Amino acid sequence: MAGHVFHPGHEELHGVTVVIAGASGRTYVGRYHERGDRGVVLHDVGVHDPAASALGREEWLARQLRFGVAVDHRTLVVPEAEAGELRRLVEAG
Amino acid sequence: MPYPPALVAPMRAEMTRMGARELTTAADVDAALGDAKGTTLVFVNSVCGCAAGNARPALSMALQHAVKPQQVVTVFAGQDLEATARARQFFSEYQPSSPSAALLRDGEVVHFVHRHQIEGRNPQAIAADLTAAFEKFCGAAV
Repeated sequence: MAGHVFHPGHEELHGVTVVIAGASGRTYVGRYHERGDRGVVLHDVGVHDPAASALGREEWLARQLRFGVAVDHRTLVVPEAEAGELRRLVEAG
Repeated sequence: MPYPPALVAPMRAEMTRMGARELTTAADVDAALGDAKGTTLVFVNSVCGCAAGNARPALSMALQHAVKPQQVVTVFAGQDLEATARARQFFSEYQPSSPSAALLRDGEVVHFVHRHQIEGRNPQAIAADLTAAFEKFCGAAV
């Protein structure tokens, strides 16, 4: 992912919609803001909770890709201990 | 809260220069999309300098292609609130994002470009996706 900076003056992923695989099994999709001591700050975030969703993770992700992110939280901090693999949503297809 | 008109004027002008028709009221939207036949591209404009700053030139490039939608219209998210909300009702199964673009054929959405498909991509790449959709859904050259 090195190279292009979407929002100059910020981190490489600032403003880019990303997917975070949570250690809990949850999946988070939202616009990356920053990564700090508290964890990863995302805006306009959709969350997939396998314990609560009728859809499997891959099916849910496919829906986010096709129909856009169904927002559950305007801003969410994914704690560092929860934040696993992080990649751009467009790479999840 | 909408930005000052003078700040967004160049972003509006960029759209009209490429041939898009601005829809600023719900009535404008209904008139343009209500009984639409043929192909229409609805571009949801945005003040985001990075995403929209690539999406507008991309659309301008794509509209140079021989095959393109019969009608190109635009609403401005965060600026023309009523028009944007009304336009989104015509592609309501898609989550709102801006910038974005919906390609409609006879009133049905046949292709949608979300903000997440624009972020971090150069205008040429976005334009290539748009022209591929135009060729697939807009039929013969117009």
